[in-house]
Amino acid sequence: MSQKKQEKLIDENGVRLDGRKVNELRPLKIEVGILGNADGSAYIELGKNRILAAVYGPREVHPKHLALPDRAVLRCRYHMAPFSVQERKSPAPSRRELELSKVIRESLEPSVFLEYYPRTSIDLFIEVLQADGGTRCAGITAASLALADAGIPMKDLVAACAAGKVEGQIVLDLTDVEDKGGEADMPLAFMLNANAITLLQMDGLLTDEEFKQAVNLAVEGCKQVYQHQKDALKDKYMAAKEAVKEEATEE
Amino acid sequence: MTYSTVAARIKQKRIAQLIARGKRLDERGPNDHRAIQIETGLIERAEGSARVRLGKTEVLVGIKIETGEPFPDTPNEGVLTVNAELVPLASPSFEAGPPDENSIELARIVDRGIRESKAIDLASLCVEPGKNVFVVFVDVYVLNHDGNLIDASALASLAALLNTKMFNYEVKEGEVKIKPGYTPLPLRNHPVAVTFAKINDKLIADPWLEEEQVMDARLTMTLDKDGKICALQKGGYGYFTTQQVFEAAGIAIEKAQELRKLVVKE
Repeated sequence: MSQKKQEKLIDENGVRLDGRKVNELRPLKIEVGILGNADGSAYIELGKNRILAAVYGPREVHPKHLALPDRAVLRCRYHMAPFSVQERKSPAPSRRELELSKVIRESLEPSVFLEYYPRTSIDLFIEVLQADGGTRCAGITAASLALADAGIPMKDLVAACAAGKVEGQIVLDLTDVEDKGGEADMPLAFMLNANAITLLQMDGLLTDEEFKQAVNLAVEGCKQVYQHQKDALKDKYMAAKEAVKEEATEE
Repeated sequence: MTYSTVAARIKQKRIAQLIARGKRLDERGPNDHRAIQIETGLIERAEGSARVRLGKTEVLVGIKIETGEPFPDTPNEGVLTVNAELVPLASPSFEAGPPDENSIELARIVDRGIRESKAIDLASLCVEPGKNVFVVFVDVYVLNHDGNLIDASALASLAALLNTKMFNYEVKEGEVKIKPGYTPLPLRNHPVAVTFAKINDKLIADPWLEEEQVMDARLTMTLDKDGKICALQKGGYGYFTTQQVFEAAGIAIEKAQELRKLVVKE
């Protein structure tokens, strides 16, 4: 976090390097159901981030001893492609990826009715194809949609978005440059219906007051992401509905 | 977790009933930590060491300092490496083998607190930019697991760093030559972690093992010496409301001050 600052990340008009205001999300594009083999899948573009999420299951647990008698096990693998970052990343899972796999899993567990599928596993795979800060949040957003796309009963979608502090200001949805040059980055995942924070991490320095501001801003960001998620899900099923209608008229 | 679900359900009910009345199985108040004992300097081979007992939870931290290569993106800075070992002698649920997600998470939470509070002046640990720097290894060794390894490990790491003596050295033709004598490793900040568990919608500080086994979720806040938050981590498969997170921050800021006084003698 102590990089030399070549240029200012936020100019005197409150405009960031990529032209956004402090409380603005990057352009967000989501598609649901884009992989053939997976039971559910989603693709997300958040600024330069490009991430795929896929769900397999509920299916038989391998190895069997991991099965739980009263609910499904949710397993999650967050993984970055070697070409997703500036310097090639070794494809072997790093400590960071293992930690993120754990916190992402824990951010989605509260949203899924795991008790409906005892003795099975629901396997979730997140592949980061290109990274530009905020991959865990975009990954969660896509993963939650992939779960919904797989038809798994859920309490709500989980939307995620980071807030942080850059050059003294609380900002939404940090890019990689802002994360490295800024003072704090705080990813947050949120389940709107339950007012539930299901992922909360932070590194950097924030006062109590700044922390509260950042949480409120991240929650606002999550609400916007949530709207995009709902639209993406609807798009898939509207397209299916149209296709069915066309078939019917042809006959 | 190799824990009987039936036993957990029964226990959860009892623990939750008590917590609803502001009580706990071990008769602590909701925001009380267990008794804390700290010893430092017990490993002479290490540059610094400390053992923290938090109730029956016991964590030993050893600090080793060696020379090594800097990271390419920070050529002028020393390196901080935190590792945690959940050794099998500490709990029936720990197994030997490569670090699992729990030990990696533990190490990374401790790491984040030290790193983000800039406790160690890494720039002062550079010998030759881009080539040779000092690497500070913080090795967290859990000796007995009775819950809340995070707070115990963070506290033990801070105590061990305060206890760390940096060997004197001189640089001859790019080589580090160790000279007799030691100077304390300068610490600029004192991060302290405070962990809460949520059980039946109530927050309690410093969950012990029985509480951890039935908790819905966990939240760790690491505070620096100025009362600023320098690291956060939510764990567990439940959630927190925004109000609960703000409430936790208020309590953590006070608790961190108390805990810090046990380690840092002003």
